[in-house]
Formats: sequence, structure tokens, C-alpha cells
Amino acid sequence: MSSFEIFWERFSTPGTLKSVLTGLQNTAAIAVFGLILGFLIGCIIATVKIIPSQNIFVTILKRLADAYIAVFRGTPMMVQLLLLHFAVFIGVNIPPVAEVSLIFGLNSGAYMAEIMRSGINSVDKGQMEAARSLGLSYFTAMIRVVLPQAVKNAVPTIGNEFISLLKETSIVSVIGLADITRAFKAIADSTFEYFIPYIALALIYFVLVMIISLIIKLIERRLKKSEKR
Amino acid sequence: MKNGNAAKIKPQKIKGQKFIKTQVTPVEPCDPNAMIEVQHLTKSYGDLKVLSDINEKIFQGEKIAIIGPSGGGKSTFLRCLNVLEDPTDGYVFFEGNNLCNLKVNINVQRRRMGMVFQQFNLFNNLTVLKNITLAPVRIGLQDLRAAQRKNFFIRFKNLFKSTNKKMPLLPVQKTAKEIKSEARENAITLLQRIGLADKCNVYPSTLSGGQRQRIAIVRALAMNPKVMLFDEPTSALDPEMVGEVLQLIKQLADDGMTMVIVTHEMGFAREVATRVLFMADGKIAEQGSPQQIFQNPQSDRLKDFLSKVL
Repeated sequence: MSSFEIFWERFSTPGTLKSVLTGLQNTAAIAVFGLILGFLIGCIIATVKIIPSQNIFVTILKRLADAYIAVFRGTPMMVQLLLLHFAVFIGVNIPPVAEVSLIFGLNSGAYMAEIMRSGINSVDKGQMEAARSLGLSYFTAMIRVVLPQAVKNAVPTIGNEFISLLKETSIVSVIGLADITRAFKAIADSTFEYFIPYIALALIYFVLVMIISLIIKLIERRLKKSEKR
Repeated sequence: MKNGNAAKIKPQKIKGQKFIKTQVTPVEPCDPNAMIEVQHLTKSYGDLKVLSDINEKIFQGEKIAIIGPSGGGKSTFLRCLNVLEDPTDGYVFFEGNNLCNLKVNINVQRRRMGMVFQQFNLFNNLTVLKNITLAPVRIGLQDLRAAQRKNFFIRFKNLFKSTNKKMPLLPVQKTAKEIKSEARENAITLLQRIGLADKCNVYPSTLSGGQRQRIAIVRALAMNPKVMLFDEPTSALDPEMVGEVLQLIKQLADDGMTMVIVTHEMGFAREVATRVLFMADGKIAEQGSPQQIFQNPQSDRLKDFLSKVL
């Protein structure tokens, strides 16, 4: 039997197929929820970081935002995962996928905050001034006028972040979550055939990333069309 | 104000008033007749003093043109009038409210001051119609929600009061839908007035400069402002589009709108303004009626300036 046949025989059993599908589902879920959570956290942190006020309360918030970014950008994702899973969220009764999504969201939020900040800075200052001069509050102006344009400018970078987030989910197997990497590792370990399963795994990630970049392209085109530039 | 003894003056502590640390000049009572009053207005960027100790009053119905060489502080002065630029020292009063007082809600005051920018600053992510209705709708809804929230507490408190002591509810006249449709109708009427009603659902990036600036003016008008501030409204326009914008501003002036215009269009200033301020080196170097300024200039600075631009 060739190595491919060995792999295929193992792969096509219902049990393995099912574990691969759940793995794919978990990977996708973690990446998508992580991205959404990271995006929301990023928007909030970025907004906090650029508030012009020198209010004490705001200053404290800014320091906290800085600390958050420093901590989550300054430590490896895997260490955060191990630490939060085995030391912090111990005894917290939430589904593991949700927990891991939360951890990925927190990590991605730190990067997203900087992405959004550069996006917000890329919007002309006059937009905020015009909105303020009409009597809108800082936050209304931010949400209605500046952030939509900032997001539009940041779409390619957000896509980048999403892709790297998706690939980073492959480390969740260290805490025993059944993602797609773990499913293929199981196949490889049980057949002692390593080349084909890992090539297949790489292909799956590659296809996922291609799909994401296609989606990003479509979104970009759509956003451009809406302004007919 | 920064050097010498003046630096040692501490900000006054008056109940209900709070100022930024650099504001040390004592507040003087403002003139109740003036619409905008500026007291000892000073603005500096680091060591560079852009405005120094300007005192000025603007009354209802006046059309004020501000002229002067570039770098003279014209735009900064205008931006200080609605506190888009925080003054370093001094105060700006609008209808008796001190805009530099941090306890005054600046957003409420700005609703009544329209501002038009050199670079139009239309919201790129919204259609023309939404550009105009954004502020009226958002602010209308904000007020509506605030009133509803307060009414909820009043009702709650009224539960514990006897019948004759019950507090009256705040009036809530419009529903959210009515606010939206009213803002929309108002916007379309305004757009019809400037002949751009067919551009309702178009994004600003497809419009010409003159059209954009007229829409920016209309956007400010949609809030029913009491005073309009124009910051070089025609400086970024192609020459053939200047006319249409100036015509619209002139119409507004004829309708009796109070306005302050920073402009390089001397002909326009002479025609529309009731008073001309000549600003140079951060001071109002000379002011008077247009005839006085343009035909009988007093200071050398103004003579020099006019000889260059006329």
C-alpha cells in the first residue's frame, strides 16, 4: 500500500471524518469569534487611546489601554493560552470553544487596537471637526462618521489580522481542544505516515486562507463601489 | 499673560464654573445684548502667539468679514469662536454662556453655531441627504431619549407623592419617526433651494467643489443656527465655482443671518459685510465699515495689505 492509500483508508473511516469536520468547525469558530471580539475590543481601545481630553478618568483609561496592549502584544499567544486556560479560567464553566475564542479575541484585540488607531488617524481631521461643529458629541461623531471611514481604510489590514489569527488557531491543540490540526495529528500518529496527512492539513489551511482573502477582496470592492470613487 | 506676575494669578473658583489651567484672566460679566463676546482671547502654540488679547463683540444681524494677511490668526480666531480650538487664555461668550467653561455643555451651544470649512468636510461615508440629516436626527433622538429617561424617573418619584404634589412630566412632542421624516423633509426643502435636490442619494466624492461647499452650507443651516461661521469658504474652489457659493452666502446675508466670514474675496467683503475686521499679527489691527476700511485705511499695515490684494 502506498502512503496515500494508508492515509486515505484511515481518513475515510466515519470516526476520523467526523473528528476532522468538528476540528474544521472549531477552527473556523475560534477564528471568526476571535476576530469579531478582537474587532470590538480594538475599536473601543483605539477610541479610548485617541480621546483628546485630559480628564483624570480618561487618563487612567488610557493607561489601562496601553497596559492591555503591552501585555497581550508582549507575550506569545501560546503562553497566554496556557496561562489563561490552566490558571485563570480554571473552574469557569464555559464551553472550551467559547473560552478559546475569548482568549484569541483578547489577543487579537491588542493588535486590532493599533490597526484601528492607524485607521482612525488616516481619516481626515476635518471630518471630526465638521461633526463636532454641528453639535454632535465626540462619541456620536466617532461612531457615525469617523469609525465607518476608519474601518474602510483598515479592511486590508484587518484581513491580514484575520488570516494570521486563523493560522494561529493551530496551537489550541496544546490545551487539548479538538481543532483541525489535532485531528490530522491523530491520523498521522496512528498510521506512522507523516508526509501525506500534514500536506493535506497545510492544503486545508491554504484553502481557508484563500477563501478569506477572496472575501476581503469582495468586501473592498463593495466598499469602493458604494462611494463610486 | 504667561510671564511675570500674571502667571501667579490662580484660576478663580466660582461655583458651576471650571476652566483649563492656562486660563488665568478673571472672567468679566458679559454684555447681554451681544450675541458673541470675546474677552482677552489669547491662543498660543508653544512659544508662537497666534492671537493676543482680543476683545470683540458681535451683535445679532451683523455680517462681519475678517480680512488680513495669512498667518495673522484669522482662521484661529474663527475656530476659537465655537471652541474647535481651545483658547489658551480668555473667554468666548455665546448668548451669555461662557463656552470656555468646561461645565457648559459645548455640544448644546454648538448646535446654534453653523460652521463652514475651507475643505468642505462633507462626511464621505454618507450620502448627501444623510450628511444633512445626520445631526438633526441624532440630536433629536438624543433629546427624545433624555426626556423619556427623565420622565421615567419622574413617574417613579410621583408614585410616592400625594396627588397635589406630583411633578409634571417633561413634554415629549415628537416620536422618533416624526423626527426622522421632519429632518428629511427639511433637508429636501433646503436642497431644492440650492437646486441640488436630484443629488440626494449621491456620495459627496462625485460632486464638484462648488456643489460640495453649497451642501456644506446647507448642512450647517439644517440645524437652524443663529450665527454662521465661514472659514474661507471659497479658497479651495475653482474660480468658476466661487460665484455660486458667494451667491448663496449673499442670500443668507439678505435673509438676516448673523455671520462671520473669513475671506480673501475683497469685493464680496465690501458688498456684504456690515463691519470689516482687519487682523494682523494676532490682533485686530483695524476695524470699521467696509467703506472706511477699503477707501480710507488708517494704519500702514492695512494700506500695505490693501495695495497688495486690490
